[in-house]
Amino acid sequence: MSEKKRETPLLDELEKGPWPSFVRELKKSADTPVIQDLLGQLERSYEEHLGHWKHGGIVGVMGYGGGVIGRYSDLPEEFPHIAHFHTMRVNQPAGWFYTSDALRKICDIWEAHGSGITNMHGSTGDIILLGTTTDQLEPVFSKLTEIGFDLGGSGSDMRTPSACCGPARCEWACYDTLAAVYDFTQSYQDELHRPAFPYKYKLKFAGCPNDCVASVARADMSFIGTWKDDIQMDAEQVRQYAASGTVDIQKDVCERCPTRCMSWDGTNLTIDNSECVKCMHCINVMPKALRPGKERGCTVLIGAKAPIVGGALLSSVFVPFIEMEPPYSDLKELLEAIWDLWSEHGKNRERVGEFIQRVGLGNFLEQIGLEPVPEMIAHPRTNPYIFFGEELHEKQA
Amino acid sequence: MADPVSVEEVAAAMFDLVKSTYGKKNLKAMDLTKAMIEQFGEDRCDKQLCKQAIRQLIDSGKCTYSYVGGSYITLPPEAGS
Repeated sequence: MSEKKRETPLLDELEKGPWPSFVRELKKSADTPVIQDLLGQLERSYEEHLGHWKHGGIVGVMGYGGGVIGRYSDLPEEFPHIAHFHTMRVNQPAGWFYTSDALRKICDIWEAHGSGITNMHGSTGDIILLGTTTDQLEPVFSKLTEIGFDLGGSGSDMRTPSACCGPARCEWACYDTLAAVYDFTQSYQDELHRPAFPYKYKLKFAGCPNDCVASVARADMSFIGTWKDDIQMDAEQVRQYAASGTVDIQKDVCERCPTRCMSWDGTNLTIDNSECVKCMHCINVMPKALRPGKERGCTVLIGAKAPIVGGALLSSVFVPFIEMEPPYSDLKELLEAIWDLWSEHGKNRERVGEFIQRVGLGNFLEQIGLEPVPEMIAHPRTNPYIFFGEELHEKQA
Repeated sequence: MADPVSVEEVAAAMFDLVKSTYGKKNLKAMDLTKAMIEQFGEDRCDKQLCKQAIRQLIDSGKCTYSYVGGSYITLPPEAGS
């Protein structure tokens, strides 16, 4: 039955319009029974407003607890070719740079041992290989390692760290994100492959506050490039922007600065750098005239998560500024102190941001040995986690 | 100071615990670690030793990882059935 082409009127709607369509792409391979069953089950889900995938269980490769997500159809008799349809996560190269040869080899392996369907890339950053059976997991793993690739993270482990393209392609990078992500990935192979945490832990490395890896919304720990001296300015280029008419400096730059720290008199742009919050807006609008300062490093943030178990959290400043130089000893010491505390006291499926909310930031900082600083607080005296010492109350009285 | 326990002894004790709770309770790596430190004492067993013991259990195939909402350590399907 499953070899016969299925009618998919609801999915067909997703082929209409000029934009890319995953249905159109799947149908290019629709002669295979796997794709036929996949489209059939999806059509069924659309009809019933009900998912038909189960996930989890005991699937993986020898020695690893991550990198394979067991996925099963709950309608195996109706869709036998996708009864087992496991996902494999492959650790992507730093900054997602590939040779065409490497991509061809990955695709060849997946066509030989899996469905041939990929997702470049998953939201954590891995190469996602969608759909294979349990008996094919070890052969895929073996062939991937032969061409220099390894599996990424899944489950309660350190997820595959990811980084923006950084200094390889971007002039705003305030540190070498590619070197950092490579170093952390290699340093924590055990944490990546052997789940030992209460829940997932994501590290993301963004070269500047534009945060192209969306670390503020996703990562349990974000390393966002920043600077601590003044924005570099080429005054002549600023005047050329004004003269060209492409940028209304007063309206498009000064009035959109979140702290209003810039002023424009028609000839000169003045910046009160002490009020700058490094939002990157002015630099993005006038890239030829402005650039980040010269004293560069990163801000470490903690606690973001997407809404899976609980609601979404955005990350909070944890270390306002630190230089990003190998071997990153201070950052690794901090990271390991956090993992140690959270692993011992975190509840099952509790992300580190939720853990901090539960135990209180003050207690958390005390346990990991980090001094509180004003940058951790969004609005003074409104944060319930920081308690002011008696001497401060006495001074106020 | 008491003599530290060996990785093999901790791995064997962990395996016994996983086997005795199989099908009744899911154990995470930290559950095993806490149980071993309690069993052998803080002066003889620490987190690093437990980490090595878990690695030995997994690499030998005596135990495997499972995913049931979170990641747990359990017996392989053929051993547990």
